[in-house]
Amino acid sequence: MDRGLEGRKVKMSDPRLSIIDERLKDVDDIIAVSSGKGGVGKSLIASAIALTLAEKKYKVGLLDLDFTSPSTHVILNAGETHPTEWKGIIPPEIHSLKYMSIIYFSGNRALPLRGLEASNALTELLAITRWGQLDYLIVDMPPGIGDATLDIIKLIKRVRFLLVVTPSRLAFETVKKLIELLLELNVPVVGVIENMKMGESTFIRERIREIDLKYLGEIPFDHALEEAIGDPNRFSKTVFAERIREILEMNDYLKGS
Amino acid sequence: MHEWALAEAVISTISRLAESEGLREIKEVKLKIGELQQIELEVFKFALTQLRDSSLLKNAKFNIEVVNAEIKCRNCGFEWSLEKEKIDKDAAEAIHFIPEVIHAFIRCPKCGSPDFEITGGRGVWIEDLKGVR
Repeated sequence: MDRGLEGRKVKMSDPRLSIIDERLKDVDDIIAVSSGKGGVGKSLIASAIALTLAEKKYKVGLLDLDFTSPSTHVILNAGETHPTEWKGIIPPEIHSLKYMSIIYFSGNRALPLRGLEASNALTELLAITRWGQLDYLIVDMPPGIGDATLDIIKLIKRVRFLLVVTPSRLAFETVKKLIELLLELNVPVVGVIENMKMGESTFIRERIREIDLKYLGEIPFDHALEEAIGDPNRFSKTVFAERIREILEMNDYLKGS
Repeated sequence: MHEWALAEAVISTISRLAESEGLREIKEVKLKIGELQQIELEVFKFALTQLRDSSLLKNAKFNIEVVNAEIKCRNCGFEWSLEKEKIDKDAAEAIHFIPEVIHAFIRCPKCGSPDFEITGGRGVWIEDLKGVR
């Protein structure tokens, strides 16, 4: 018998959603680098983690999901690189990383997006990007618990979060909300990195341990870092990158526990 | 979205729907595609024929309808239809992949605001599916 499926069920079938798992099926581990507030060094940490893992001969992708304020392309000096069109989009390889950012489509212009539009753009980018086989996909997230965070939790069921915080009580106060949300939704948290450490305060370390999360390590404020932005070779020789190397080594390259 | 990626996504969604509804064979698929996606229909149809699963979709007829792109400014309320020919080639290519990047390239023709809403012609959806149990 002929049977139509007219109605809500079919209309609500967004074809993009069924392809995202397929796009990521050969990616072993997906780690979203996030924070409660901006300016804590997420993009630099996400880039340094990706570069360090690639240096260790892992196959690594870096995805910048901060659509309104993307910045990893500046850190990596992605300049003239472009994705290739082949049954979707193949990310370009930069410094041994497969790299994807909205800048390839926005032409690096200002891209003012409201909630649903940001969600649509994120879904579309995940649906078209063909990462191939990767050991790690590192995702640079926009801060907080807004659209991108909710979307990535919804769209990538096995995502794990790595959180960045500075010694500031303000940074901790905001990351606490993100932690509460992740724990409530049973999203695995790899651990917390304390960035821009200037004094000897153990405030963050103690708070993180109190909530039973892993304190992955601390990175001192590195005055030479700014000069190395845009030059990945120089960047990888900074104290900052060296600390990331140590943190990854100490924490078994963030492998799932 | 790209034609091939889109075709792959559509086929995968149809297979999932067919499975959940217990359909063995699909006879007809009605698809709507937003103009904003700027899909090349011939490439898309070719991709559909290449990707379709032999038993489930071998006799399926695909009816594809393109829906006009309608935009409404959130700032001044002006409504307009997108005129593709007025968009620069690189911007059109980018919008083809990720329609939302339109906000980086297009402004409200009346007030110049980038804060507008795509009210029609965005996305791709399966409108109807007919099959045999």
